[in-house]
Amino acid sequence: MRPTNPPYSNPYSNSYHRQNRGLFQRLHIDPGLLISLLILAAAGLTVLYSAANEDHTLIIRQIIRLGIAFLVMLGFAQISPNHWQRWSPYIFIIGLTLLIAVGIMGVVGKGAQRWLHIGFLRFQPSEIMKLAIPMMLASYLQDRVLPPKIWHLVVCIAIILPPVLLTAKQPDLGTALMLACSGACVLLLAGMSWKLIVGLTLAVMGSIPVLWTHMHNYQQQRVLTFLSPERDPLGHGYHIIQSKIAIGSGGMFGKGWLNGTQSHLNFLPEHATDFIFAVAGEEFGLMGGIVLLIIYLQVIFRGLYISNQAQDTYGRLLAGSLSLTFFFSIFINIGMVIGVLPVVGLPLPLVSYGGTSMVTTLAGFGLIMSIQTHRKLVPK
Amino acid sequence: MAKRLTFKDHREDIKIFKRRVIIAAIAVIGLTGMLIFRLDFLQINQHHQYRTLSKQNQVTLLPIPPKRGLIYDRNGRLLAENLPIYNLEMIPDRVQHLDETLASLKSIVKITPSEIERFRKALKQHRKFETVPLKVKLTEEEVARFYVNQHNYPGMLINTLLMRHYPQGENTVDALGYVGRINEDELKTINKANYAATHFIGKIGIEKFYEKRLHGTAGYQQVETDASGRIIRVLEKTPPIPGDNLYLTIDINLQQAAKRSLADHRGAVVAIDPKNGDVLALVSHPGYDPNLFVQGIPTKTYQALQFNLVSPLFNSAIRGHYSLGSNIKTFLALQGLNSGTITTHTRIQDPGWFKLPTANHIYHDWKKNGHGRVGIRRAIIISCDTFFYRLASKMGIRRIDSIMNQFGFGQATELDIGEELPGLVPTPEWKRASQGESWYTGDTVLSGIGQGYMLSTPLQLAVGAAGIAMRGQFYHPHLLLQHQSPDQKQHPFTPVPYNPINLPEKYWNTVIDAMQQVVGSPMGTAYRRFGHAPFSAAGKTGTAQLFRYRNLPKSKIPERLRDNTLFIVFAPVQKPKIAVGVVLENNNNAPVIARKVIDAYLVEKKDETDKPPVL
Repeated sequence: MRPTNPPYSNPYSNSYHRQNRGLFQRLHIDPGLLISLLILAAAGLTVLYSAANEDHTLIIRQIIRLGIAFLVMLGFAQISPNHWQRWSPYIFIIGLTLLIAVGIMGVVGKGAQRWLHIGFLRFQPSEIMKLAIPMMLASYLQDRVLPPKIWHLVVCIAIILPPVLLTAKQPDLGTALMLACSGACVLLLAGMSWKLIVGLTLAVMGSIPVLWTHMHNYQQQRVLTFLSPERDPLGHGYHIIQSKIAIGSGGMFGKGWLNGTQSHLNFLPEHATDFIFAVAGEEFGLMGGIVLLIIYLQVIFRGLYISNQAQDTYGRLLAGSLSLTFFFSIFINIGMVIGVLPVVGLPLPLVSYGGTSMVTTLAGFGLIMSIQTHRKLVPK
Repeated sequence: MAKRLTFKDHREDIKIFKRRVIIAAIAVIGLTGMLIFRLDFLQINQHHQYRTLSKQNQVTLLPIPPKRGLIYDRNGRLLAENLPIYNLEMIPDRVQHLDETLASLKSIVKITPSEIERFRKALKQHRKFETVPLKVKLTEEEVARFYVNQHNYPGMLINTLLMRHYPQGENTVDALGYVGRINEDELKTINKANYAATHFIGKIGIEKFYEKRLHGTAGYQQVETDASGRIIRVLEKTPPIPGDNLYLTIDINLQQAAKRSLADHRGAVVAIDPKNGDVLALVSHPGYDPNLFVQGIPTKTYQALQFNLVSPLFNSAIRGHYSLGSNIKTFLALQGLNSGTITTHTRIQDPGWFKLPTANHIYHDWKKNGHGRVGIRRAIIISCDTFFYRLASKMGIRRIDSIMNQFGFGQATELDIGEELPGLVPTPEWKRASQGESWYTGDTVLSGIGQGYMLSTPLQLAVGAAGIAMRGQFYHPHLLLQHQSPDQKQHPFTPVPYNPINLPEKYWNTVIDAMQQVVGSPMGTAYRRFGHAPFSAAGKTGTAQLFRYRNLPKSKIPERLRDNTLFIVFAPVQKPKIAVGVVLENNNNAPVIARKVIDAYLVEKKDETDKPPVL
């Protein structure tokens, strides 16, 4: 599996230029992406500071996590995409093994088991899968002709399904959804035919009744609650009603930083984690929400731009699908907070309080930076 | 498979990818637009609605209980007050080690195992941030000891409550009644908003009758709370309006004297100021301490009171139904004269018995051999039965009923306690309806000496006495003298008069003169027991037979079956100041007690009573 030649390069001219590279290029940092991510992290900390009731220790912990995550990102960027591509199958297999291990432990331990303890480290194997699935698929499609043939698609789905099902079984519906999403993004970008997409969508719709019977009680409740939150205002509907009140009461410009009554008086549950967007909406209003969305879009479009600039299929598919998955995690989180999607329990990337997903998210941007900064320059 | 097909066309790959990325970018923008559209809907379109909901979330109205009005006697002496009691309470939310805290608290405050058990039960019924009472009514020493050590007990606090207290205890319970915890039935009838913070409500007596006035109006404070209901800060406060203070017509000295005089007996005393219907004393004995009922009475104590043979809980002054006995004779005499059935000159020969011409039954006089020739005056003074047998049978029951009703018998006196029983003035219709029998002339004859169906309460006796004292210009009895609203204004109570009984002055003179002889003449039935008084008085004795016995010495009859004695009296005869009705069960000393009561009012406290109330 050797890397193919970069596009537009003349295979007969052997002139790879190493000169004229900027400082960032040499440090393997994409300044546009980095600055957007830093702005996002700062905005996130501002909202979190209010959502956490000005709890300093909590903020410091989040800053430390962000620091680690940014270091991981920069570290990942140093490694060339060629290496990443070669390692992709191994990373995927290791991740899958851990996921199975956790599943078995869950059966033994009776109850939800998502975490793996290795010494002082504690992480969710399903988080590794967020990167491993697109890496594996991109790597598999690297040498294939686009759009992929049916047979290739079957292989791809066979790669996606096991980790998704294992995660859903944990049960972690939100992460399972994101894993499926990351795989689907690769296939979409690879040019999978629209007919197939429509067909698959219909197949998924058809499987909903089957899925329903296999869902945990609390998951069924969440879906029912989503369909009509007022049905159960003090039980499962409480989350959605309170978060809608928080956002709606924010108005155009919000109640002001640290002045959100819904979160500060604890009416809004999980306001530092999954429902943190409601805090932003309450305190900064519609304008604040739009600004936050614009920052996110900047990151996403920079990612898509990089994927478009990438010099091989692996880089293109990986960068593109990571950027799109990032978008969908935002869309699903905000969608559930404002009551247009069911509550699935996903954090708002880089803003919500919490560790593992932040590290994997920024590691993903590390891969995107790696793809961008390891390009071979081509003479005009 | 041709090799060409597997050949990778990079330009084609890039074209496909580029197209897909553009579609993805459009989708991203489209979906983000959807989010913003939805945000706009929530934050701009429905902003108003959600802002209201958010406000409702955080602002709570907390009621503040009003201070219950105080109750004084006519001279401004305190009868009901609000005393602070100290309860030790816990906010479970703020206590970390429950068991250790409880154990170490025992060294400071006496806590019994049953109190701990009750506390643990209450703990489950309250929310975590609500205070749960652990021990009620701490002593002052315990309060002091707790405050010294309070820093060791975070989450423990002493809550001060105002609790009703009746300093006169048993002395005033028959008029005042008492307050108690609001029960479920009362919850249905009260204004829930006004009673939101109130724990006690008038159960009987004045406390119940004037509940509305005493209670006052609840205040409110708007507080900001968090999701668990904890108060963050007070936004607005509307202070409560305290209840009115009441001044009763009761004279506590008189009340105490009446209570004292009844000490060893069972009976009731009601004293009224005939000029205006002021109830000066209202006593039923034996009684009970109302303070027991305020905080909740232990079941055992309550049962001991309830199943007591002497019925201490029964307010016999307003609910005791007694045969009038010879007291009825004064009223019949007035009706006899007025209806022309007899004149002041009518005389009869009393052989010691009376017989209706149509029947064989013989009605005996209390004196076996009779009183000889008897006129109306002497008939009252010596309480001649034969005279009144004859008078009653001549007048007929309708005329008897008419005069009794005019004097307030057979109907509630409308005393402002509200629990009184109406007594009974029987009519032929009543007998037909309740006994299923027709009215016999014999029933009328027995009514002549107050031994028929006719029943009266001690209160009605006193009202009747006042009616005679005032020669028919008398008032409904009442306990409220005036009430004082929170702005310190006094609102005097206006007495309600009975329909005046208009009789010729000479008839009043005849009867009142005879009544004066009852207590003043050696012939009079009350002469010995009422005794010589430094004031003029007019009265009438009565005896209600409970058990027919012939020639049986009194000492051989069980006490519970001995006669009840009744006595009505007023004094002074000119310008009467007090009218008293006394009922003494199974004892003949009613005039003795009446004398003590009047002495307490006219002799010992003469100086005070003429003064206007000291407020």
